[in-house]
Amino acid sequence: MKNNKLGTLPAIPYIVWMAIFVVVPLILIVFYAFTNEAGGFTMENFSEMGSYAKVFTRSFGLSAIATVICLLIGYPIAYAISKESAMFQRIAMMLVMLPMWINFLLRTYAWMSILENTGLLNTFFDTIGLFDLINWIGVKFASDPAAYEPIKHFQMINTQGAVILGMVYNYLPFMIMPIHSVIVKIDKSMIEAARDLGADSKLTFRKVILPLSLPGVLSGITMVFVPSVSTFILSRLLGGGTTMLLGDLIEMQFMGGAYNPHLGSAIALVMMIVVMICMAIMNHFGDGEDKAVML
Amino acid sequence: MIHNKPTRSGRLLTALTFIFLYAPILVLIIFSFNSTKSRTVWTGFTFDWYIKLFNNDAIMTALGTTLLVSALAAVIATIAGTFASVGLYAMKRRPRELLLQVNNIPVTNADIITGVSLCILFVFLGKFLGFELGFGTLLIAHVTFNIPYVILSVLPKLRQLDKNLFEAAQDLGCSWMQAFTKVILPEIWPGVTSGLLMAFTLSIDDFVISYFTAGSVETLSMRIYAMTKKRISPEINAISTLLFLVILALLIIINIREVQQEKKAAKKH
Repeated sequence: MKNNKLGTLPAIPYIVWMAIFVVVPLILIVFYAFTNEAGGFTMENFSEMGSYAKVFTRSFGLSAIATVICLLIGYPIAYAISKESAMFQRIAMMLVMLPMWINFLLRTYAWMSILENTGLLNTFFDTIGLFDLINWIGVKFASDPAAYEPIKHFQMINTQGAVILGMVYNYLPFMIMPIHSVIVKIDKSMIEAARDLGADSKLTFRKVILPLSLPGVLSGITMVFVPSVSTFILSRLLGGGTTMLLGDLIEMQFMGGAYNPHLGSAIALVMMIVVMICMAIMNHFGDGEDKAVML
Repeated sequence: MIHNKPTRSGRLLTALTFIFLYAPILVLIIFSFNSTKSRTVWTGFTFDWYIKLFNNDAIMTALGTTLLVSALAAVIATIAGTFASVGLYAMKRRPRELLLQVNNIPVTNADIITGVSLCILFVFLGKFLGFELGFGTLLIAHVTFNIPYVILSVLPKLRQLDKNLFEAAQDLGCSWMQAFTKVILPEIWPGVTSGLLMAFTLSIDDFVISYFTAGSVETLSMRIYAMTKKRISPEINAISTLLFLVILALLIIINIREVQQEKKAAKKH
């Protein structure tokens, strides 16, 4: 090999760096997960986790819903954009990416002012008289009109729905980008061949475009699901602390009042492993050969 | 192509998505000019929040920290990552694949895992070596999550390189360093610069990893987080507007550069 002339020496500092700051910290997480404060081996951290089973199911559930929504919106959009001219595509993809470069917290903060009880949406509904209408109907049809409590706003913030909305809003670009980049790389002659062989556009999509774009879909799913399942900002800002997620739980063990890095490490470890298993199963379904593409 | 015409419903969907993506940002920007603290009722136009923003010491200090750590981390990660890519490129397949797997860990792992694992390491080492979490640990954390992205952007450029170039340069009397700076580096330069830009923006945008590794030092993201918890002041809106404009300008510059490069490349062939 000619390129050996360059020598592997320049990679040594990098290897040392990655060993200390990537590999060792992960080993430490495993070590902390199986020990207690005195440093002795214990499984207590894992048994203690049982009381947080609800948080696990809620985290994975909400993230799964958000991922499915992102896929259902993101795929058709990526497909629609890929049909446009090169210039249109460049601008459209830039517009898809642009919100991602705005601080995550600021984007979420914007949603807070929209969804709040006195927020923009509720103010808008109030101005068009929606609540008056609902209350008028409510009083008319209530069995006891005197006991009817008029509504003044829709409860949108501090709900699980708001958390899902936050996930979809913040991570939708992560779904659109990989799918788009895979679809545009599909060999046009494949599509033409399918058409020449008599497939209509629906069949062509189902038998050619969809299977070939699967790697993009898989990496899109990963890129939406992983940050969703581990977030603690969305649940705190949009869920109002009522919908505790795995991220919150971990954060509390390291930064909050419930300081316990051993339990925190155990939760982080389990989360990491469950995510890895999910991804492995998904990649398996997506045909062993088609590895998810990284952007 | 008959089968590949844009459809009306596709365009409508795209338009709706852009409305969904940009409506909240527009709201942020509009209310940065609102004359009262209200985030829902328009009461008149003002620049006050921008003036207050520049007089807010906490925000300005945080902004300084963010810019400094992002610039340093991006430069360090780009230099280290470029040399590392050269080394990786020269390696045999097996060890290279293994190292690339490790390289992908910070990319694919959830930010919170990277954050807490580094937090544990720093607290652990700090006890032995007698240091506390602060700017140093923050910088190390940023370099750590930046390097993988630099490698992912430089390595493909090296692969496109003519394998004989380096040897030819050395045969003609160049030292390793000369051959690297005069022959290899110009060829992989687009990868290096996009790696640098990527690293810089990732650093500026990061909240989670900084949150766990910065100790008492505060980055802009951390300041914003503290502010959103208290739900105050349109200064947040003002700073988002400014950041939005800076990023928009940056992206336009990058895109124009890319288009020019593509045109140049097209002329070459």
